Amino acid sequence: MSLLKDIVEAVRGGANGVAEFLSEKSGIQALEIEIQTVAADLLKAREDLTEAIAKHMHSSREISVLKMDIKQREQQARQALEQKDEALALQIAESIAELDADLEEQEQVNTIFSGHVARLRTLVSKTERQVKDYERQLEMVKTTESIQKASEAISSNYASSNSKMMSARDSLEKIKQRQQRSLDIMEAEQELLAATGEKTLEERLEQAGIPESRASAHAVLNRLKADK
Amino acid sequence: MNTSDLALRITAMASYEGQLLVCQPIPGVDEVLQITVQDYEELPAFVSITDSQILCITNLFLEAEVNPSVRGLLLEEMLELNIPMPLSSFAKLDDRFVIFGSMSIDSSIENICHEIITLTENAVEAIDTLQDYLLPLSNGGS
Repeated sequence: MSLLKDIVEAVRGGANGVAEFLSEKSGIQALEIEIQTVAADLLKAREDLTEAIAKHMHSSREISVLKMDIKQREQQARQALEQKDEALALQIAESIAELDADLEEQEQVNTIFSGHVARLRTLVSKTERQVKDYERQLEMVKTTESIQKASEAISSNYASSNSKMMSARDSLEKIKQRQQRSLDIMEAEQELLAATGEKTLEERLEQAGIPESRASAHAVLNRLKADK
Repeated sequence: MNTSDLALRITAMASYEGQLLVCQPIPGVDEVLQITVQDYEELPAFVSITDSQILCITNLFLEAEVNPSVRGLLLEEMLELNIPMPLSSFAKLDDRFVIFGSMSIDSSIENICHEIITLTENAVEAIDTLQDYLLPLSNGGS
């Protein structure tokens, strides 16, 4: 299914088209239900996976215990044979045969569980991808809805303001004029400052080699002398 | 976050990057906020917020303003300009060519302000660049 294609068609149909699309099967509510269903599936798959992993681990432990038991019994059987105790050796051999049967059975169980684990892992990651996919689709639908609202807002905004929407050229012209005006003002201010500002005096003093602060210190000193 | 939260936060900042941002709610539409960058009041940004993203849209021109004889060239140039233009992309809403930017819902207020200022500046630049494809003023939109 191609949601994008549906969206394009809905948008071509204008505001009504979008409203209709949103209420349809591919709409927000339908997708939200879909996501809930898949999320529930995901939860179940994760639980099953945990259980399968636990069972697999348990059977692996059983196998290693059985193998150890068999080794031990084999050792015992060899010792019995060394002691020429044929009857005991036979008894031990019987118990080994039983253990062998158990081991074989347990190994079969283990193979089955490891298959389960692998299948459930695939299922979980597939379901996770599906949830992500539905969420992405839901976002597309919600964005379509949001754009529709924004578009209506833009239209109604221009309709309600007393002037019609300005053409792009008019807007550009106005903005450029304003920018030029503020540039002109800035330039004029700089010129004014250059012509009359205190900066010019400081610059002149410095040019004349008369540091301003020392000059005024001299003046103060002279005044003090004169006061005496 | 919804549009009124955003309006409050932007208004509290007063200005960003030396630009004054003015938020104006749109009567009857709670979901969309109009944000104007001072000096660019003719090109307001319309901001809407969904669960995961913040969408900022600025109007460029109407279909009716496009010179029909060069429409194809205009569309091609818009596609070519899409990647070089920072943070914004061209789009079309109904009969309106727009420029837009989308951001994560987790974006900082500074990033949102930066986006809106960039979007507005891009809009001015885009109209300036594409105006040769538009009908002359006397025949134009308004």
